[in-house]
Amino acid sequence: MTTLLSDELLATIGRQSAPHRELVTRRDIRKYAIATGNRQRKYLDGDQAPPMFHVALFWDVVELDELTPDGVSIDTLLPKFPLEKAMAGGLEIDYFKPVYPGDWLTATRTLTNIYEKHGRSGPLIFYEVDMQIVDDAGTPVIREQTTRLLR
Amino acid sequence: MLMNRSLPLAAVQVGEELPERALKPDNVQLFLYNAALWNAHRIHFDEPYATQVEGYPGLVIAGPMLGDWLNQSVEEWLGEEGRLVSISYSNRAACYIGDTVYSGGKVTAVDHASGEIQLEVYIRNEAGEVITPGVAKAVMEV
Repeated sequence: MTTLLSDELLATIGRQSAPHRELVTRRDIRKYAIATGNRQRKYLDGDQAPPMFHVALFWDVVELDELTPDGVSIDTLLPKFPLEKAMAGGLEIDYFKPVYPGDWLTATRTLTNIYEKHGRSGPLIFYEVDMQIVDDAGTPVIREQTTRLLR
Repeated sequence: MLMNRSLPLAAVQVGEELPERALKPDNVQLFLYNAALWNAHRIHFDEPYATQVEGYPGLVIAGPMLGDWLNQSVEEWLGEEGRLVSISYSNRAACYIGDTVYSGGKVTAVDHASGEIQLEVYIRNEAGEVITPGVAKAVMEV
């Protein structure tokens, strides 16, 4: 069977991002909690970060000329795939410790897998990215595994 | 304002349903969400682009916001005496500004000795199709 996945592409499995360290602030927690329609006071007041706040905390803050015309930032962890239309994605998140304003968190992302499947409408490429988030003591805080699908 | 559940772990049974919540995000909420992330993808705010270039029927509700609502659904049901340990979900189909969607779920397993609870969660659309299915694990104090 022919494959879309070259050896060169598969060799990018294991690629890791530089650690990304960010400060959790009450103001950013409040913005996130309000925008998501959260109804719990501790989050709306910014006393604690709600689950999935890390999605906002670690979204790449890129400069205007680094955005594509459709407003997307290029994920430098990923290789150039032979299929480019991003379809459904899935997330798996483990929460080990609560997050509070004043916490410094560090995220490291690893491209852990690339594989293909042949669907009814043609080939599909899947890739998986693992994000480990730790505090300054190195204690695990959150782990997130993302699976994305391209066609 | 939100009322958290105050039932003890002993009252949690397999099959118990989480209260359904109707969600109808508008442009303002979707804008604020993507601004909080620094997500400038035009499908979320540029309606001519979303419809004419990408061929969507409207502005696309951000996938991780649907995921967030699943987290909220579990946490609101758990209340202060419980803790969300893990969650997984997939964005299977899109929804758009103007749509009303519903978050909900049910208990699929409960271990009264350890306090561990497994749940199935979902975001469904008005037609009743589950667009974002997920599973979650929580612990309640024994």
